[in-house]
Amino acid sequence: MAVFVGLGCVAAFFVVSALTLVRGPFGTTFVYGASGAIALVGLVVGATQLLAGTASAVILPLGLAGLGGHFRIDALSAFFLTVIDLGGVVTSLYALGYGRHEAAPMRVLPYYPVFLAAMNLVLMADDAFAFLLSWELMSLASWAIVLAHHRDPANARAGYIYLVMASFGTLALLLAFGVLAGQQGGYAFDAIRAAPPLPLAAALAVLLCLIGAGSKAGLVPLHVWLPLAHPAAPSHVSALLSGVMTKVGIYAFVRIVFDLVGASAPWNGLLVITLGGITAVIGVLYAILQNDLKRLLAYSTVENIGIIFVGLGLALAFRANNMGWAAALALTAALLHVFNHAVFKSLLFFVAGAVLTATGENSMERMGGLIHRMPRTAVACLVGCGAISALPPLNGFVSEWLMFQAILVSPQLPHWGLKLMVPAVGALLALAAALAAGCFIKAFGITFLGRPRSPAAREARETDGFSLAAMFALSALCVVGGVLPGFFIDLLGPLVQALTGDVLPRQAGLAWMSIVPIAESRSSYNGLIILAFLIFSGTTTAIVIHRFATRATRRSAIWDCGFPLAAPQTQYSSSSFAMPIRRVFGGAVFGLHEIVDMPGPGEMRTGSFRVRVIDPAWRFGYGPLARYVGTVSLRLNRLQFLTIRSYLTLVFCALILLLLVVAAWR
Amino acid sequence: MAMIVELGLQGLQMLLVVLIAPLVLGITRKVKARLLRRIGPPVLQPYRDIWKLMHKEAVLAHNASWIYRVAPYFIFAATWVAAALVPTYATALLFSWSADLIALVALLGTARFALALAGMDVGTAFGGIGSSREVMIASLAEPAMILIVFTVALVAGTTQLSAIATTFITASVGLRVSLGLALFALICVGIAENARIPIDNPATHLELTMVHEAMVLEYSGRHLAVIEAAAALKLVLYFSLVACLFVPFGMATGEKTVGALALGMGSYLAKIFVLAVLLPIGETSVAKMRVFRYPIFLGGAFAAAALAVFLLFVSRGF
Repeated sequence: MAVFVGLGCVAAFFVVSALTLVRGPFGTTFVYGASGAIALVGLVVGATQLLAGTASAVILPLGLAGLGGHFRIDALSAFFLTVIDLGGVVTSLYALGYGRHEAAPMRVLPYYPVFLAAMNLVLMADDAFAFLLSWELMSLASWAIVLAHHRDPANARAGYIYLVMASFGTLALLLAFGVLAGQQGGYAFDAIRAAPPLPLAAALAVLLCLIGAGSKAGLVPLHVWLPLAHPAAPSHVSALLSGVMTKVGIYAFVRIVFDLVGASAPWNGLLVITLGGITAVIGVLYAILQNDLKRLLAYSTVENIGIIFVGLGLALAFRANNMGWAAALALTAALLHVFNHAVFKSLLFFVAGAVLTATGENSMERMGGLIHRMPRTAVACLVGCGAISALPPLNGFVSEWLMFQAILVSPQLPHWGLKLMVPAVGALLALAAALAAGCFIKAFGITFLGRPRSPAAREARETDGFSLAAMFALSALCVVGGVLPGFFIDLLGPLVQALTGDVLPRQAGLAWMSIVPIAESRSSYNGLIILAFLIFSGTTTAIVIHRFATRATRRSAIWDCGFPLAAPQTQYSSSSFAMPIRRVFGGAVFGLHEIVDMPGPGEMRTGSFRVRVIDPAWRFGYGPLARYVGTVSLRLNRLQFLTIRSYLTLVFCALILLLLVVAAWR
Repeated sequence: MAMIVELGLQGLQMLLVVLIAPLVLGITRKVKARLLRRIGPPVLQPYRDIWKLMHKEAVLAHNASWIYRVAPYFIFAATWVAAALVPTYATALLFSWSADLIALVALLGTARFALALAGMDVGTAFGGIGSSREVMIASLAEPAMILIVFTVALVAGTTQLSAIATTFITASVGLRVSLGLALFALICVGIAENARIPIDNPATHLELTMVHEAMVLEYSGRHLAVIEAAAALKLVLYFSLVACLFVPFGMATGEKTVGALALGMGSYLAKIFVLAVLLPIGETSVAKMRVFRYPIFLGGAFAAAALAVFLLFVSRGF
């Protein structure tokens, strides 16, 4: 039943997309209103399936001959459906207001429902063919929206890199399914589960899946497209790309590695943990250096993906060593972070979009003081920044806390590589958490606080009601998720049980609604009590102060040690705020170049200061690779200008060679 | 009835940390002054300072937002909650389980988040420099702190502070390399977090080296009083943390009889007094560092804590 409703939603999305081609009444409001309603149905389907804990499957007479189209919603799909359609609902709500500002709506509207449909379809696919087809559709639909503002050369480049990386990722997934299907070629997921691959094939499949799903999710060093493509799209689609589509990448990884491959060697976990830890730190270090608000958010997505992969890697390692309860803890932490990140990252992209429309500026260097002009947006942004910085009592802290608890049980792992790597990754995670807080202090402080740095920022106007409704809905989820995390952990129960064979203790019955992942004597956390304590002590302090202290208050000019300078440029800017971090980590991580051109005394020319930061992935990976491909294709270019005789000879030689290969293989 | 007593004991701890905080600050200042051959202000001076500030007019900049006005109360509240959750004179108080050591560190992070934003609110160069440097220090100190938490938690097998203290008192944990490294790291982190020499100078003003004072430069009147009280409270929190984790002896662990509680209270106050005397001795014997030397100082703390965690992952015996 559920899967039919899900597929019906997908069909409805396609209908909405087709209707946009008929101009007239089917404009912005129709598309976003209808998409939001359909996504709401999808959300209900996902949530009820998650609560019911049963699977619902169907085989349609579509797709490859002899295979058919398998579709299924089990607990794992249901959880990710919930996350993705929640994102779809709030994004559509936000776009009802925000989408009106779009200069070229027909470059976004037809693709938006298709993008949502494709993501839903990936989650429901139950055979490799349907999976890859919808995966590619998802990539192409999102690529089309990334190119919505294609006249900007930077966006065109972003679109090109995204297309190359997405195709590369799909290729890796295709090969992974090929390896998993084995010689019989059972491409239905049931057939793959029934015939577990040999250890070597399993290892190869995990590697390929790490490349394929990792490139979609943004795992270092496959992340290079992400900070280019995510900010290039219109902001509500950026929220979908960053908050939601990366989660489809996570889903592919969990589906293939946890579900289809089955048991795997401990070193798989080690690899995933290491990559995750590096991703988290690299992502946040780059985030803190950015001056473009949306790019900062995109790099922060890379960081959060790293955190999620650390959790997944720990779960793999624990499962390989038969520590089901610890695997359940790590997997719960990772999946809870999937949900939390979808919530607060969408929220923050919404804020970025609102700020962008209000000021017309991308760069934080030209913002400031927006808390006075956009007070409601500022409140929503503050909640989002607090949540993503893992501050109690908000939701980001809960998943981070569970992750640290999972790390603390890992000395019981017997594997030596893991014993040495896990504490190092724990240190990396702690570093990433601290830097993330700094990064969002900067993002909020430079954008919303201080004095306006440009006339546009001085004249900004509060955003519309739809956008604010979407932002406040997500802010409320951030608070509820932080205060009552036990409810969300219990929801994940059936899913974690299915994937690790174990589950966290049930949280619902605990006193005061605290969460206890292992045992009460080991660790417990209670967001509700912390919030109550904060409110109690805050109000007590305020009452005492207002009772005993004078209330005399005077408004006056800024003091600033007696020398206040009127120009807003004398404030700390985005790049100056990041300067200490740049200095501390610069040499080691960034390959930093600071070029200072200071005119001497008496010279009249203007001075300049430039900072150049190059991603090591470009410097050591993609740059040389692109140059190599260029050189080789230049050499091969000669093949285009041969005579017909030479071509025939070449074809003949190639045929002989291939026949020889086949003969040797037999 | 038992509930009321429990609630009272928890309330007593909350009041205790707030009430002794200015006194502890007064003691460190007095000892420091004596070491510098000055007479120094009386030990009760911080109380009078706070009282005086409370009765001064608060001056706000024209463009100060609500964040600027709310932040002091929020910072104080978050620090106070964190301080009230560190066991002082007895373990297993009523709410001791509501936040563990990791949550405690994160609560301090929440307070710092608010403080850094308050520094940037008015839009001055000094506020920005303070916030920016605070973020840099925090980005090095917080990971070190988390690793200290890991060390202690791996030795005790729990992250609950109350349970850690009980374990260290009752079980024979003994002298351990890892705990020694963690103590060293905690002292370094505590110095950095409380803006003491050699990282920051609490007595300085109008210097380009200041961090904490730069962030709160614009504050005055009752707001400044609350911020100063929060800073004093944070110092007591770190003292309590050192006392609770590394010298928990004397704390009332079992039945909460009057005798056990009195012993716990006496030993707690004695420990805090000793730490309040030791801190200025350390401060007067070193010089303030340049800003870009901080990573070396805090990197040392980080390395020590990381080494402790690695040792514990290799063998529980360290």
